[in-house]
Amino acid sequence: MAYSDKVLDHYENPRNVGSLDKNDPNVGTGMVGAPACGDVMKLMIKVDDNGIIEDAKFKTYGCGSAIASSSLVTEWLKGRTIEQAYAIKNSEIAEELALPPVKIHCSVLAEDAIKAAVSDIKAKQQAAKEAA
Amino acid sequence: MDRDPIYLDYSATTPVDPRVAAMMIPYLTEHYGNPASRSHPFGWTAEKAVENAREEVAKLVGADPREIVWTSGATESNNLAIKGAANFYAATKGKHIITIATEHKAVIDAVRELERVGFTATYLQPEANGLVDLAKFKAAIQPDTVLASVMMVNNEIGVIQDIEAIGHICRENNVIFHVDAAQATGKVEINLEKLPVDLMSFCAHKTYGPKGIGALYVRRKPRIRIEAQMHGGGHERGMRSGTLATHQIVGMGEAFRIAREEMEFENARVRKLRDKLLAGLQSIEETYVNGDLDHRVPHNLNISFNYVEGESLIMAVKDIAVSSGSACTSASLEPSYVLRALGRSDELAHSSIRFSIGRFTTEADVDYTIALLKEKIDKLRELSPLWEMFKDGVDLSKVQWAAH
Amino acid sequence: MSQVFFDHNSTTALRPEVLEAMLPFMREQHGNATSRHSFGRTARAAVEHAREQVADAVNAHPSQVVFTASGTEANNFAIHGIASNLCHGQILTSAVEHPCVSRPALAMQSRGWQARRVDVDAHCKLDLHHLHNVLATPTNLVSVMLANNETGVIQDLAEIVALSRQYKALVHTDAVQVLGKIAIDFADLNVNAMTISSHKIGGPLGAGALVIDKRVDIQPLLYGGGQEKGLRSGTENVAAIVGFGLACELAVKSLATFSQHTQRLRDLCETGLVQLGATLFGQQEKRIPNTSFFAFENMDGETLVMALDRKGFAVASGSACSSDSTEPSHVLLAMGVDKDLARGAIRVSFGLENTDEQVQQFLKVLENELARLRNLTAVAA
Repeated sequence: MAYSDKVLDHYENPRNVGSLDKNDPNVGTGMVGAPACGDVMKLMIKVDDNGIIEDAKFKTYGCGSAIASSSLVTEWLKGRTIEQAYAIKNSEIAEELALPPVKIHCSVLAEDAIKAAVSDIKAKQQAAKEAA
Repeated sequence: MDRDPIYLDYSATTPVDPRVAAMMIPYLTEHYGNPASRSHPFGWTAEKAVENAREEVAKLVGADPREIVWTSGATESNNLAIKGAANFYAATKGKHIITIATEHKAVIDAVRELERVGFTATYLQPEANGLVDLAKFKAAIQPDTVLASVMMVNNEIGVIQDIEAIGHICRENNVIFHVDAAQATGKVEINLEKLPVDLMSFCAHKTYGPKGIGALYVRRKPRIRIEAQMHGGGHERGMRSGTLATHQIVGMGEAFRIAREEMEFENARVRKLRDKLLAGLQSIEETYVNGDLDHRVPHNLNISFNYVEGESLIMAVKDIAVSSGSACTSASLEPSYVLRALGRSDELAHSSIRFSIGRFTTEADVDYTIALLKEKIDKLRELSPLWEMFKDGVDLSKVQWAAH
Repeated sequence: MSQVFFDHNSTTALRPEVLEAMLPFMREQHGNATSRHSFGRTARAAVEHAREQVADAVNAHPSQVVFTASGTEANNFAIHGIASNLCHGQILTSAVEHPCVSRPALAMQSRGWQARRVDVDAHCKLDLHHLHNVLATPTNLVSVMLANNETGVIQDLAEIVALSRQYKALVHTDAVQVLGKIAIDFADLNVNAMTISSHKIGGPLGAGALVIDKRVDIQPLLYGGGQEKGLRSGTENVAAIVGFGLACELAVKSLATFSQHTQRLRDLCETGLVQLGATLFGQQEKRIPNTSFFAFENMDGETLVMALDRKGFAVASGSACSSDSTEPSHVLLAMGVDKDLARGAIRVSFGLENTDEQVQQFLKVLENELARLRNLTAVAA
């Protein structure tokens, strides 16, 4: 399978690999996919008091396109609000990385990971508010 | 790319041995001629070459040259044997077929096609080591079983089935026995004088011969009949029509001659390399060898690297040419059906790599491969959330995965 | 002995450029086109390039080209594959088809289809009246070769297609003998499937193709790895396919030269043959330019072929593929040629490398051999 240069670049030099402190109230975690399906993405975002994402880290078990999709979104997320992050569409990811049709699901997974991470941080904030 | 990748995919196809290529080229240039043209020497030279090659093929497998029918490759041989014998004997023996779930697609799909036209089939599951349990095989035989098809050497995991024992069971039960030996020639001894096998498929391009040529062994004593699947000029005693590609046949003959003469030496050399590779890779944590190690050709090593996804692994090791799953089905994203049949989890099936070693593999190639794998597996596991969880002691089988 | 080859309809010498193009795929570029590593991708790219070359040569779309191992396989695939996916009915083939069309049609009879032959006239042309009549019985498929391998006579495919369409029958044509000799336009022919082969045009043995109108639902002949979009399983014979592709490209480039050159040789030859008293077959019809089919009264074809061979000329008696049998050519019998005359039939088929001198030499040798053999027979009698 021929990969685009951008996929190869992210795959060879993945950005923002790693984890954030999952117990930090300002950190949201999204884990999507399943090992049986061949891909699992874990995306962690750290949000400041203004709702702006200040850090993002990922770990991905999956093909080159899945790794590239998650690496790319960690770059995109930094500096965006969680609402802006939530609005990221898989088609933008697929287009940026020139994913072939059989790899579109990787971009869907990345979008799902963002939504899961944002939902997680919102749930945490909600819980904190209720506790307060 | 700076350098050619190291080729470790000999089970997908082998390079043509230079000696084979040298034999073939004259038949592409000065000796051209249609071997069925009886009337002029262009045809005669071709015919003689074809018959010499037929003898070489027969010699490697202990057959009579008259038992060898040329085909365009193992896929055609398998289709011809299975459809040809099943159709010929359906009326007298019945319409049930036994095969193994880990057979090559050419066998599985030919049997499926027969199911479509009224046959029934049993796809026997092998044991976890890839081998067929003889008692289970025997139990699968029905009164109307016409044909059994079992491969000698599996293309993905390299395990060698006990063809002799299975053949005896077939004989006792009056079942025609076909064996796909595409991956076996030059790797294991085949003596059809002794083996109770009725039909056997071969191809050249897995044994340092050219692509596009294969053969089917059709036993004469006791005589096995098959219904032709390709009709025309009546070549190959009516079993298979179509102009023969002389240079390819000559190539197959020479490839099989070399295999016969050099097999013993070559297998010893290859085994040493494979064992070195195995030791090197097993020093990596969480690796699993797929398929039995004892009943296995020395050329094959199929190994799963847990917590690493197969396709990204293939990308990571692009400096070596290897397969994840079978080359013939690797256009699909499904995990290998062979590994699944062994009961491997989808994750381990996904993260499997088939290394296949051959005539031109060097010790330096193996050293390089071990070092490369160690480095890349480390890197990918660093990226893998599953590895992180495993290291944290999480039981992955208990995790509720988000549906996708 | 330097043998002169006048049997190009049987097979042709590999073009040197084609050999050069093939060699890398027999040596360092040995990948399996299905593999995903660089060896595999190189092989895949080469196969797809060849597919474009083949498609271009016959004005088809690359996606319409399915590679097979031979013309025989492509014909079997067409007949078996197209009929199998239709309701039982009639399969019509011309009475002069190659056995690799007529026999698969006959083989379909055991599976519920009816195979029927359509007559030809005395000049090898399909009898359209007969076609019209037999089409009255529900027909699935009509297979008529574009040009006959023995006489070289070209059929009026347009009329055959038009007539068959009226009766909703699909049409296949075996164009093996036409490729590289006159222009082929798959789109214009308007047939549903067409067979071509590599080794008749300076390509290697081991590659052929069925060009298929994608609206036709066709069943594979070979099942397995799912190559050729599932229509033809089996590891691609990359070297042969590459050779086929280039041979197509080169054949189309030299089409005009081939046509002019071989036609001149044939005219020269036939003028001489008539002077020697030969009966020419199909010569008043439009033929492929390189082929001449003829016979001499009271002269056994096989004997003459052997005699010519000893004198350095390779010619054919009947078609090579059926030369195991000593029966007279089924083509001539279908044309109503007397059995005894048919037994004398000889085919010469020229190629680009043949020369006027060779033809003149051939005629001289032929004259001598005829005299010698007639003398022998006279003595024996």
